[in-house]
Amino acid sequence: MGAVWRVLVLLGTMGSTLGSAGVAAAQALPEGNMCVACHNGIGDPRVTPPAEKFAQDVHLAKGILCQDCHGGDPTSPDPARAMDRAKGFVGKPKRQAIPALCGRCHSDAAYMKTFNPTLRVDQVQEYLTSVHGKRLKAGDAKVATCIDCHDVHQIRAIKDQQAWTYPIKVVDTCGRCHGDAAYMAGRTVATDVLDEYKKSVHYEALTTKGDLAAPTCNVCHGNHGAVPPGVESVANVCGTCHGVTAEMFNRGPHKVAFAAMGLTPCVACHGNHAVQRTSDTLVGTDEKAICVSCHDTNSVGFKQAGAMRTSLDGLREAIRRATAVLEQAERAGMEVSQAKFELRGATDALLKTRAAIHLVDPVAIQTLTDEGNQIAARAHAKGVTALEDLAFRHRGLWVSVGLIVLVIGGLVLKIRDVDRRQASGRPTDPQA
Amino acid sequence: MVRRPKVLADVTTTLTAWLDARIDLAALRALIRHKVVPVHRQTIWYYFGGMTLFLFGIQVATGILLVLYYRPSAEEAFESVQFIMAEVEFGWLIRSIHAWSANLMIATLLIHLLSVYFTQAYRTPRELTWVSGVVLFGLALVFGFSGYLLPWNTLAFFATKVGTDVAGQVPLVGHLLLRILRGGDDVTGATLSRFYAIHVAILPLVTFGVLGLHLFLVQKQGMSVPADVERRGQPLRTMPFVPNFVLRDVVGWLAALAVLAALAAYVPWELGVKADPFAPAPAGIRPEWYFMSMFQTLKYLPAKLGPIDGELLGVVAFTLGGLFLLLVPFLDRRSARGEPSPLFCWIGVGLVTYVAVLTLLGYAAPGGN
Repeated sequence: MGAVWRVLVLLGTMGSTLGSAGVAAAQALPEGNMCVACHNGIGDPRVTPPAEKFAQDVHLAKGILCQDCHGGDPTSPDPARAMDRAKGFVGKPKRQAIPALCGRCHSDAAYMKTFNPTLRVDQVQEYLTSVHGKRLKAGDAKVATCIDCHDVHQIRAIKDQQAWTYPIKVVDTCGRCHGDAAYMAGRTVATDVLDEYKKSVHYEALTTKGDLAAPTCNVCHGNHGAVPPGVESVANVCGTCHGVTAEMFNRGPHKVAFAAMGLTPCVACHGNHAVQRTSDTLVGTDEKAICVSCHDTNSVGFKQAGAMRTSLDGLREAIRRATAVLEQAERAGMEVSQAKFELRGATDALLKTRAAIHLVDPVAIQTLTDEGNQIAARAHAKGVTALEDLAFRHRGLWVSVGLIVLVIGGLVLKIRDVDRRQASGRPTDPQA
Repeated sequence: MVRRPKVLADVTTTLTAWLDARIDLAALRALIRHKVVPVHRQTIWYYFGGMTLFLFGIQVATGILLVLYYRPSAEEAFESVQFIMAEVEFGWLIRSIHAWSANLMIATLLIHLLSVYFTQAYRTPRELTWVSGVVLFGLALVFGFSGYLLPWNTLAFFATKVGTDVAGQVPLVGHLLLRILRGGDDVTGATLSRFYAIHVAILPLVTFGVLGLHLFLVQKQGMSVPADVERRGQPLRTMPFVPNFVLRDVVGWLAALAVLAALAAYVPWELGVKADPFAPAPAGIRPEWYFMSMFQTLKYLPAKLGPIDGELLGVVAFTLGGLFLLLVPFLDRRSARGEPSPLFCWIGVGLVTYVAVLTLLGYAAPGGN
């Protein structure tokens, strides 16, 4: 029996060498490690994937090998000794045991600091507060554990663009379960949220603009401690990025009104997963405006909505007019970059106004738009001055050209006179 | 006939007598009285030298005015030109005329050089006049190249990067030349202050020296008569330099001034976008028109021609072309003997055609302006 194993191990070692050459050139698998040698060399697809995948695992790069998670004796070519449970071999851990297994290192602050002093060590603790963690503890094995989001045997650093946890990939990582209606059958969580999210301005920013700060699933729901945000906390969740807007909302009358009506802040007007780019048309009294869904035509809110929309439209139009005249002057070759730079102040005022809409205070809105209108008016005046200056230049040119032509005419007459005098033998200078 | 007012005539007479008593104007009077210009079918080409000189004068005058406001640092150069264009009274006019006049000057200089070449005016005894003229042409190109960077805009920044890269290909001294030009390995603020010094101090000093020599030689030897006209051996008509030729010259200068004013008013020289050394090079980077044929040649050359680097080959070819131009009077022995020299005429036609075609191809290339 021992001889047979030795042959198999020899073959396995050869296979492991060839196998490691075939895997992505990132890292070499450890030489002389019997786990790798056997799992790679036997050729049984049930046992080879861990060894094949491990070449690209961040743990291998840090020197953490098979036995550090699975126990056993990696030096023994005899499987009975190598995978002796009496000597601590774990094998494939049960799903319920995975968080604790990973946490053995990842929750050990002293140990983790040897790799990177800034690494978090509270992931397992967080996980246990999540819906996933609670259900796992309650015996539901069909919930995500560490390996469902981070992969297994091919775990990559979160900054690795191929990692399942890289921001652009998170939606598909969560979607493997949450987008699978059959897998999620019997649960109350909707499975269309992934498709909804992919229509959102957040997903567009993340994928089209490459803005990795744009929110994906874990940014709003938490990652290790993933939970659906409650009605009370949605504004706080959105406010982590849209801080000014959230602060305005909290100071405004809608906070209390929404709570009384059972409306979810932010979501009631903007939606959640499929949140779209906002527009000034959301505010106002026409049929496209959100305000009219609650405020009837005789209400104070209706009038305030109309007033705020008028202020917004006025400032937007002032910016448009100033931009148009400055661009016209610029196309004509006038230097108006300073005025264009100053006009950004009006655009900033418009942005501030849009955030301040959440305060629902028409007077405050008017103050902000007045400030923007004044900036836009100054920029517009500079554009008009530039165009007037252009007209002055053109007039000046034609006056100058006229004078030059007159002088040229005089010189031509003089030349003729000189030529005539020379031809007739008279002096060229009549005063000479 | 309008007569000069008596007071003006008195002032002129007094001033002339005052100067005469101190620096003896007799020699100058004799020079003016005797200086004549040959009159023949190709007399028109004589005006381009004076026109170039006039435009150079415009460059000096507008350049001095620009220096009053321009600040030569990567942080301030662009903003200072912006200030000149937007805030300084008639700053836009001065800057636009400076930029347009530079281009017109190179154009008239090129016409002047070609007219001298094709009329074989470089032949004995005017070899040194030709050599000093070719040196002036080279200096004008360096003026254009160094001045192009000074507004520190994106196009200028990347064009300078490409241009200095080419200089870096010169055999043996390329890397040293590149570092001297850039003031380091990259185009930075150090390059800008270096180009500024070259543009406003070194080049004017050298140019005034060479220009002085050129004008002295022209004055000493008189205007050259085209070889074919000279071979006919007939006595030539002449016109006095003062006032006949000078008056005609002034007509041309005034016309050039009107063209410059029209260009400045209707096609003001763009400032563009401030250079960002960390941004990628924008599409359609191309040099000024007078470097376009060289730029296009380098684009057509393969990366490697056998063991030789393509760009290096281009640089060697340009250097040889420049040397040929400089040494034409010594290479063209037939015209030195006063004989017809069709070979050099055809070489000239070939070079002009090549430069014209490559320039047009450069402007027709995709991604252009």
